[in-house]
Amino acid sequence: MSAGKTMNLTLHVWRQPSGTSQGRFVTYPAPDISPDMSFLEMLDVVNERLIAKGEDPIAFDHDCREGICGMCGMMINGQAHGPRRATTACQLHMRSFEDGDTITIEPWRATAFPVVKDLVVDRNAFDRIIAAGGFVSTHTGSAPDGNAIPVPKTAADQAMDAAACIGCGACVAACPNASAMLFTSAKVSHLGLLPQGQAERDQRVLKMVATMDEEGFGTCTNHGECEAACPKEIRLEFIARMNRDFIRAGLRNRGERAGSGGTG
Amino acid sequence: MNWALRFLRSSIGLKLVMAVSGVVLFGFVLVHMIGNLQVYMGPTLLDEYGVWLRALGHGAALWVARGVLLAAAVAHVWSAYCLTRLNQKARPEGYRERMNRESTLASRTMRWSGVVVLVFIIYHLLHFTIGTVHPNFVHGAVHQNFVVGFRVIWVSAFYMIATLLLGLHLYHGVWSMLQTVGLSHPRYDLMRKRAAAAFAALVTLGNLSFPLAVLTGVVR
Repeated sequence: MSAGKTMNLTLHVWRQPSGTSQGRFVTYPAPDISPDMSFLEMLDVVNERLIAKGEDPIAFDHDCREGICGMCGMMINGQAHGPRRATTACQLHMRSFEDGDTITIEPWRATAFPVVKDLVVDRNAFDRIIAAGGFVSTHTGSAPDGNAIPVPKTAADQAMDAAACIGCGACVAACPNASAMLFTSAKVSHLGLLPQGQAERDQRVLKMVATMDEEGFGTCTNHGECEAACPKEIRLEFIARMNRDFIRAGLRNRGERAGSGGTG
Repeated sequence: MNWALRFLRSSIGLKLVMAVSGVVLFGFVLVHMIGNLQVYMGPTLLDEYGVWLRALGHGAALWVARGVLLAAAVAHVWSAYCLTRLNQKARPEGYRERMNRESTLASRTMRWSGVVVLVFIIYHLLHFTIGTVHPNFVHGAVHQNFVVGFRVIWVSAFYMIATLLLGLHLYHGVWSMLQTVGLSHPRYDLMRKRAAAAFAALVTLGNLSFPLAVLTGVVR
């Protein structure tokens, strides 16, 4: 640890031994925290001390710790991934806080994201939305020639913006309605914008939206909280694009049993 | 029609019902305000406008309009009820701490501004259309009913509060509607919010002026 100043913090952490048991907030002092630590490293230090005392460490999801995998995420002082815009919890550093701060840490709250333990929630609902239509069918022979299918630059840029979604769930967590429309719209759009995604475009949006509804997510009321919380800065315009695609697909597939959901 | 029902009962379908019925109601609110501006053009014009409206299409137009508006209002409230229930079920347990970053007062109060406006509409119909809660209602004497009705201070105050809440509701409603029907483009997205604000401000200022004009004696 650097020789610089350290911080003394107080944490209020949601502790819940399992999905079926009752949870509660527990207060932990967190002294001698370096401002250069990431938020997760700060939790690691607190956990080391808990383990040394023989207590159960705080469970939280994490993997790459470089802001690209989408595993980490928690409500930090009422904000998904904490106070910094476009930043995951693992890339949030303790210099974003002041010495003496009290920090409240809660898991994502949504019916579709049941708590597994402490700050860990089950986000398999997102995987089921993807499985319903977040793919393109392609032949699996030899590799196709590069640039065999021309992609307009604007479409490529927009698709790339949508594809930046890491599926962390911050949009659902920050939404006052626990809606997954920003996530679903990003996944619908990044394929729907590309020529390779056209064949399944209608079925994709109908099935992904149907699965989203079945999983028990709320609906968008256009607050924009998701956009503000998104560590990858996915824009609200993708929700408008998904709505447009859904309306068009609904009208074009009137006779079929489209949109009845399930796992594609 | 099975597909249509399934489509409309989906989350986006319900939002679409909300948006389309909203467009009908926005249109009415705007025309209603513009029609009432005639009160500034002399004491007889509003009465003549009333007679003209009742005679339009051999008397059928008024009832067609009423039917469409009632259907739109029922669809709007019904979709709001369904969506609100879905949203409450999606997060039964809230956060101990929650900070709003992007949402506005207008977006967060849609439910409550909507309920107040609904109560206001019922009162407004009893006040100026049916006349049961009006101190001295004379059928067909639109201008006189207008002036006498707004001279009661608390009634005017309620009208102005409801008008301000309607303004908030319209601001978030107009731009939400554009989002729901999928009218979005990076170049115009900023313009959408400005257009919604301008529309809401226009209707609100117009409607606020009526009770104020009577209370200050500009219209008598």
